[in-house]
Amino acid sequence: MTQNKKTFLIKGIHCASCVTVLEDSLSKVNGVIKANVNLATEKATVIYDSEKATNQHFINAVSSVGYKALIDDKKDGKIDEELEKQKELRDLKIKVSVSLFLGGLILWGSFPLLMDTSPKILQNFLVQLILATPVQFWVGFGFYRATLLALKHRTANMDTLVTIGTTVAYGYSAFIALFPDITKVAGIEVMPYFDVATIIIGLILLGRYFEAKAKAGTSEAIKKLIGMQAKTARIIKDGKEQDIPIDMVKIGDLIRVRPGDKIPVDGVIVEGESSIDESMVTGESMPVDKFSSASVIGATVNKTGSFIFRATKIGKETMLAQIIKLVQEAQGSKAPIQRLADLVSSYFVPVVLMLAIVTFVVWYVFGNPPVVTFALLNMIAVLIIACPCAMGLATPTAIMVGTGKGAEYGILIKDAESLETAHKINTVIFDKTGTLTNGQPEITDVIAVNEKDQDKLLMLAGSIEKGSEHSLAQVIVKFAESKKLSLLKTEKFQAILGHGVEGVINGQRIIFGNKRLMDKEKIDIGNFGDKILKMESNGKTVMMLAVDGNFFGFIAVADIIKESAKEGTVALQKMGIEVVMITGDNQRTANAIGKSLGIKRILAEILPDQKEMEVRKIQASGKVVAMVGDGINDAPALAVADIGIAMGSGTDVAIEAADITLINKDLKSVAMAIVLSKKTIRTIKQNLFWAFGYNAILIPVAMGVLYPLFHISLNPIFASVAMATSSVSVVLNSLLLKKKKIKLN
Amino acid sequence: MVLDKIVVTILGISGISFIYWFFIKKNDQQINILDSVDIIVEGGYSPNVISIAKGKTTKLNFIRKDPNTCLEEIVLGDFKIRKYLPLNQKVTIEITPQKSGEFKYSCGMSMFSGKIIVRQNTN
Repeated sequence: MTQNKKTFLIKGIHCASCVTVLEDSLSKVNGVIKANVNLATEKATVIYDSEKATNQHFINAVSSVGYKALIDDKKDGKIDEELEKQKELRDLKIKVSVSLFLGGLILWGSFPLLMDTSPKILQNFLVQLILATPVQFWVGFGFYRATLLALKHRTANMDTLVTIGTTVAYGYSAFIALFPDITKVAGIEVMPYFDVATIIIGLILLGRYFEAKAKAGTSEAIKKLIGMQAKTARIIKDGKEQDIPIDMVKIGDLIRVRPGDKIPVDGVIVEGESSIDESMVTGESMPVDKFSSASVIGATVNKTGSFIFRATKIGKETMLAQIIKLVQEAQGSKAPIQRLADLVSSYFVPVVLMLAIVTFVVWYVFGNPPVVTFALLNMIAVLIIACPCAMGLATPTAIMVGTGKGAEYGILIKDAESLETAHKINTVIFDKTGTLTNGQPEITDVIAVNEKDQDKLLMLAGSIEKGSEHSLAQVIVKFAESKKLSLLKTEKFQAILGHGVEGVINGQRIIFGNKRLMDKEKIDIGNFGDKILKMESNGKTVMMLAVDGNFFGFIAVADIIKESAKEGTVALQKMGIEVVMITGDNQRTANAIGKSLGIKRILAEILPDQKEMEVRKIQASGKVVAMVGDGINDAPALAVADIGIAMGSGTDVAIEAADITLINKDLKSVAMAIVLSKKTIRTIKQNLFWAFGYNAILIPVAMGVLYPLFHISLNPIFASVAMATSSVSVVLNSLLLKKKKIKLN
Repeated sequence: MVLDKIVVTILGISGISFIYWFFIKKNDQQINILDSVDIIVEGGYSPNVISIAKGKTTKLNFIRKDPNTCLEEIVLGDFKIRKYLPLNQKVTIEITPQKSGEFKYSCGMSMFSGKIIVRQNTN
């Protein structure tokens, strides 16, 4: 038997009798051990044997008595985590209050000068012992348990240091309180330090309390993404509309979306049109107009119209689920910069324990009287001030905030290593077609030698291109068909690689292609040369047609540059990053596009399989290269670049070859991703510098290195204040990253 | 009172040597895993060093019994996994390593760690 527990929402509960009815019905399900329904939260909790009972059984049991169960498995784990966190924070709060209150009383009764104002009873050592004992063993129980469990594994951690430090202070003080006479005979000052033990425990737990609260903020982005998921979908079945839980939606279901509704899953519109706000998923700020056959993304919000769409992706396949998975993976990965911190962490506690012993011995052997007191206090200060947590938190908290922040802007970073490498990028190569341009060329000019032959030119071009697989061929065929021209059959069709096509139509030999093809076939283009040259200089691709060796006319096609292309490339150049454009187009067309975008380095006439080589060449000159492409045609180039950036298309975001995927299709995001990486790395470096520096400076101070010269030594209570603030400050510094806006100059 | 100082020094040196031997020189036993393993999270990980086969999906079932919050997260950085471990619940992580070698896993702050050794053969 596999016992499991599940909590789910029930719609429609309104009275106490509903609770009984529901509990009865759920209890009758085979495999259910216990069912509990809460009226206030409208939730049912079932303890069941998961080998016998399933979600569907619960749904049926609930619906059989007239209610609706909304079961969302993905949230179960989250609920546990939230509840545990809340309980942990509550416990910490109580323990901190108790220890600081009792510690405060002891401090009042024992601190020089302050003790004169305290009631006599607080100055009694035995009373102090009674006040300190619950703090040491009840509040501090967690430290003891953790220490003992770790010792079983021959490991030591933060708890070990606190346990040893406070136990030494408490034990020493208890001995003095219980046997003052023996202490006096041994020549040891009769002065207990119960305040040290209790206040240290209180402050360290206070630090943990704040740390836990702050840490919850670092994973906010992922919680937000998970919370974005719609809960129900309005499906149309047998002509009727009904709301069903999201996990019951099947591929192919027809779903109605009304104005203001959240789109439940990914799909394609089959009826109606609307304006959709996709900002929450893609980061795209403007609402997008969608019509029939356009794809819609789950979790985005319908603004104005009403429409029906067919579900194409559900569950783990939806764009939102893929985004969540990518962000979670990135947050689970480790940045290379963390390696040193990890190495130090693994030896840190044993080394601190050794240093604490060294401190005790040196103070005992060389110190001034009372040697035992000094030696003990300094040893405790060393144990307490050491803070391995700050080192452990420095990198992951910043990575979590950084990757989460990226997702907010539609920048999905594959892993921590990519986020780290991105800040070193000094060259960005953009693929032209489909990246800088829309990738859907449009026909701009149709010019025939005889003006009246325009339609014939289009008809012949469309007919011969029908058999071609070239991307421009499709455009011409579609354009000809849209003009209602009937296309003819082509015989002896042949594609001439890098030149164009040839074939026979109605017994006439037709060739259609670039200037090189015309030159090869020795076709005179008459006085159209200048015009063609001018068009190519404006970034248009010109294809010429000849019939039986005579020039017939030409068609110019242009790929429209994306709106954000100019801003995106200029922003990179302002950051001192070289921008390169790579394309299969001829040099003139490429130059024209490059010029309009302010790109100086252009790699033209590069065949798709040569792109990877070009990236390698630039890398060989010592550059750190990012390649931006669509992730499909240029996958090898993306993979070989230091950072491959793919512009997401449709609802597929998990592009294998890409280190970074931009789902907002905005080219400014390339620069933003680099800015984000720079900011995150800066935060990590600050955190590591602080965490290492803190320990490297304050541990020697706690050991007493300043004492011989300046007579400065560290009170263990101050050591605990420093320790508690150091790990909190690292987490807070990472959270600052969340507040920073990613701006381009 | 020179004698006490000598005694304290000797005890100190012995203490340092003990710490070095106990914490730093420890040798963890490697356990060979075929399909799945229950890893108890309590003051560390047991078993701590596991050996699994390359290219084969292995289930790592983490069961956290220790309420210490230091151990609440498990991180398998090389496999891009960071998971919250609810107390006393089995959390199964499936991995299919594609590279052989040694991979560290740890708690969220890298204070507690274990090792996954990915071996070439499937035996």
